[in-house]
Amino acid sequence: MIELRDITLSFGSRTLVANASARFECGEMTALLGRNGAGKSTLLRAIASLGDLQGGVITINGVSTKELRSAELARMMAFVNTERVQVEAMTAYDLVAVGRSPHTDWSGRLRSHDHEVVERSLQVAGVEHLAERYVETLSDGECQRVMIARALAQETPAILLDEPTSYLDMPNRYELCTLLSRLAHDEGKCVIFSTHELDIALTLADNIALVDNPQLYYMPTDEMIASGNIERLFDSRHVAFDAATRSIRFKR
Amino acid sequence: MNQSQRHILHTTLFVLLGVAFVGLAIADMLIGPQPIPVGEIVSSLWGDVSDEYATIIYKLRMPKVIVAIVAGMALSASGLLMQTLFRNPLAGPYVLGINSGASFGVALFTLAMPMLATEASWLFDIGLTGMAWIGSAAILLLVMVLSRRIKNIGVILILGMMLGSAISSLVGILQYMGTDESLKAFVVWTMGSISNVTTDQLYIFVPVVATGLLLALVAAKPLNMLLLGEHNARTMGLRVGLSRTIIFISTTLLAGTVTAYCGPIGFIGLAMPHLARMTFRTSDHRVLMPAAMLWGAVAMLLCALVSDIIARYSVMLPVNTLTALLGIPIIIFVVLRNRNRQ
Repeated sequence: MIELRDITLSFGSRTLVANASARFECGEMTALLGRNGAGKSTLLRAIASLGDLQGGVITINGVSTKELRSAELARMMAFVNTERVQVEAMTAYDLVAVGRSPHTDWSGRLRSHDHEVVERSLQVAGVEHLAERYVETLSDGECQRVMIARALAQETPAILLDEPTSYLDMPNRYELCTLLSRLAHDEGKCVIFSTHELDIALTLADNIALVDNPQLYYMPTDEMIASGNIERLFDSRHVAFDAATRSIRFKR
Repeated sequence: MNQSQRHILHTTLFVLLGVAFVGLAIADMLIGPQPIPVGEIVSSLWGDVSDEYATIIYKLRMPKVIVAIVAGMALSASGLLMQTLFRNPLAGPYVLGINSGASFGVALFTLAMPMLATEASWLFDIGLTGMAWIGSAAILLLVMVLSRRIKNIGVILILGMMLGSAISSLVGILQYMGTDESLKAFVVWTMGSISNVTTDQLYIFVPVVATGLLLALVAAKPLNMLLLGEHNARTMGLRVGLSRTIIFISTTLLAGTVTAYCGPIGFIGLAMPHLARMTFRTSDHRVLMPAAMLWGAVAMLLCALVSDIIARYSVMLPVNTLTALLGIPIIIFVVLRNRNRQ
């Protein structure tokens, strides 16, 4: 589905990732891990064509993202960012309906098929009861789910999410990630999300992509746990992470 | 409220606003320094009118009503465009300094080129409009460049106001240097008036503004996408650069042209889109844009009517003072409501 071929990515003069390759398939969920400032968001944005690469190519179904028109790309890949959308007088239904944009004509008019997709997207994301609520009245968790419904309405084989669990409380984080795993395993989507929740990522994700500047390690979750990369990267002076038990240990 | 209930609400509101629009337009035709029988107004619509009233109706009343409608629509539409583009409820042509930019263009033209200004001709009209466009486009461009660098929208608004003030002082210098005659022409212009536009000028004014309005209506889908922010819009397939350019051109045509002909008219552009959102309770620009236009036209017709009624008993008030009296309470309400929400 999505393939990174030998990509190099920088932020200013700092190289985040050099000559990295990875292949993300449909029906699989990948968690993108890394320390603060490692470049998780930058990498996700580069995959979504929101940022430039310093080298290499990113392809979707074998076609370079640079060669796709923006509307074509929007029918292949949806992106959910961390921004909390604040729009006056917009219902959750209307917000999700904007996700149909890559499929509607110049006027943005919704046909009956579009309405069906919007309703189904709301259902899959578990927010059909919020359809008539105004976005400004939603909680962070509800809003995040509505934004995911919006991405679903785009009907893309791939969905990228930048830290979808931030601002959410513990049960909501697990619920949200369970939803993402359902999207990958039941709906057959290629799901890539960045996160700081190591325990969730190691429990639910099929693959782990780990940004360890300038390396990008990409392997199935079990292999990643066995590799010791996670312990090494997330080790600090006072705490250590044990990947096998997915728990934090305080050093004495 | 579900989809069908909202649909009923929208239809009802459009009908009510339509009735208010027609009623106010007729009232504006009737009321003026000289009374005109209702029958004459009605028959004037198909060109059948007695000579006694022909001049008043066609040269004075009708241009004024048309200007009020067109200017109201244009200012409100440009305000909605700005509010969505900058994702800020307090954005508007006046606040962002776009009116000041147009003023500067007009000041340069009337004060620095008085030989042209004294002669009311088509050359004067085109020069005036052109300079107002250039002035407003320059400020809009500047604010947009700044807004790319500075993400904090509060800062942008403050910078817009600063720019407006800086330009006002430049205009002040021009005024100081101008001749008495050109100065008077300029000061009269700054007061804002919808009754100074002649029938001949309407032939430029109306088509240009209509083009801007059409662009604003056509941009409904991009505007809906931009509500979710530029990044989201881009990943949903929007060509952000192209959309910004269309919105930019539309705003310049709307706010620039109206300012050129009517002087700086404040607060309609800021307040009327809010009234449209509050009444229609939607963010969908396919409904909101025509709603804002209709509200803008109704507001300007109302201001024109009030101004005429006051003029009967006292003096002719500049339209700017009335639009401020009408618009500022709405804006204060919006600001207080947003405060309570946080």
